[in-house]
Amino acid sequence: MNKGAVSQVQRSEKISFQFDGIDMDAYEGETIAAALFRAEVSHLRDAPNSKNPRGLFCVMGVCQECVVSVDGKIVEACRTNVSDGLIVNRVQYV
Amino acid sequence: MVSSLIGCNMYDVVVIGAGPAGANAAIDAHDHGLRVLLIDEGRDAGGQVWRPKSGSILKASVTSIERKGNQLREHLQKSEVKRKFETRVWHIEKSDNGGWIVGLSGPDDEKQVTSRTVIIATGAQERIIPVNGWTLPGVLGLAGSTALMKENLLPPHGRSIVAGTGPLVFYVASEIQRLGGNVTAISTLNSKLDWCKALPSMILKPRLLFQGLCWVLSLYLKRIPIFWRTGIITIEGENAVEGVTITKVDKDWAPKKDHQRYIPCESVCYGQGLLPEISASRLTGADHYYDEKLGGWVPTIDDLGRTSEKGIYACGDNAGILGVTVAPISGKRAAQAVIEDLKGENPGAGQSNLKMMQKFGRAMTVLNIPRSGLIKFIDDETEICRCEGITKRDIDHEIAHGAQSHNAVKSGTRCGMGPCGGRFCMDTVAMLTAHHTSKTREEIGLPTARPPLRPVILDTLSGDLDYDDLPIPGVSPL
Ligand code: FES
Repeated sequence: MNKGAVSQVQRSEKISFQFDGIDMDAYEGETIAAALFRAEVSHLRDAPNSKNPRGLFCVMGVCQECVVSVDGKIVEACRTNVSDGLIVNRVQYV
Repeated sequence: MVSSLIGCNMYDVVVIGAGPAGANAAIDAHDHGLRVLLIDEGRDAGGQVWRPKSGSILKASVTSIERKGNQLREHLQKSEVKRKFETRVWHIEKSDNGGWIVGLSGPDDEKQVTSRTVIIATGAQERIIPVNGWTLPGVLGLAGSTALMKENLLPPHGRSIVAGTGPLVFYVASEIQRLGGNVTAISTLNSKLDWCKALPSMILKPRLLFQGLCWVLSLYLKRIPIFWRTGIITIEGENAVEGVTITKVDKDWAPKKDHQRYIPCESVCYGQGLLPEISASRLTGADHYYDEKLGGWVPTIDDLGRTSEKGIYACGDNAGILGVTVAPISGKRAAQAVIEDLKGENPGAGQSNLKMMQKFGRAMTVLNIPRSGLIKFIDDETEICRCEGITKRDIDHEIAHGAQSHNAVKSGTRCGMGPCGGRFCMDTVAMLTAHHTSKTREEIGLPTARPPLRPVILDTLSGDLDYDDLPIPGVSPL
């Protein structure tokens, strides 16, 4: 019964983007982090030193755990809006 | 020096942070005829507490917290205060003419502004005590989870454990339920007695007390177990959260190892209160002191928010964690100080029941004061510095070999040198240093304040911070 609050939510147009080569749905105007979260993709990258998996953590642009690569640039998924056709990749460290 | 070229200041006051404190300060200063610039890294005003919904949400029911944020945003709109959103302040320095230069990184070309005064209203960040498994995907900060829910109306995945201290635990759990999520258990370090002690101060704000009781009641009605005086000792999982082990604690919050319980879950929201976000005020050279009842290190201010640096003012949670009831008034009072100092007028901002609200705020903050036993939650192998992968063992080793300060630990281990700028490890390092050396937090001090203030872009190839990647063209940050 507590689905009430969410069932009344009206969201914007669906758009699509790619994460690591896989097509994903998103709503226009939301962040990359929100779209990936909805798709239950929680593993966003591997830490450079320990190589262990990382995901969204502070959700306010502080921890830098959510960084992803867009057009060769590193951006915070939690502060960057998704757009139609956007190509997003996991950050690779060497 | 980039600065000296500029003879006169562009603004009378630059306000950093458009939460309830900063936005109110900006509105009042503007109403008194001052040239104001309000800066925030978010998409709109509201700060973390009144964070606006994302643009993807066209229609949804409005909660009372949101309504307040909407009112603030409308008020700002009407007041015509000049605003810059999605803009980060990465540097503040004194200019030759006695004013201040504020370095910006945002969508427009303006990379710095000058101002006679700066009101710092940067708010707070979370304190999260590291435990094994806290780096796993599926673990969210407690305040972080509110950000996700307020902005996107998305509850955490699967079965959630909500854990930590203070009122936020109950707010988060009830929000998860409201948004259709599934809270499987609540674990709080606080005891019912802690809450009884807070009650006399809470009665001062009956509406908030009532709201809090509604959260707890809604959880009881759904039969969600609340484990009082417990904390998460391990978060288990291979590539994502699979469960947590919680443990009973003693009165110092040290874990009692023989009282443990495993709870399967897919997500964890946890945090132990808020820390004042003081990196901006520290960079100005203003004096700070340590007061655990205010959340930790805070700038030394007079009753209107004047710091020890001429022209620098502080208000809101970064001047002491007193919460959203105090923030708007504290913002107005900072504006009053600026108006007095620049125009010699006394606008007489509201004093109205400030003391009462401060008392309420302090009672909530006191519930979050970390107790000495908490560090026993941290295992030798626990990564304390998430960015650089530095464990408690590494830090203990450094302290055992003579490191007595942040700077020493930092230069020995790189702890705090990662892209988050030490924001999630500094407090833990100080706790460990205090524990091993019996020094007070004041004696341990803080690491040297350095720009850039805000997290900056990681270097793609090396994983190291490279200043060439800073989104600030043409200015050397150090
Ligand atoms: S989740 Fe921390 S910066 Fe995005």
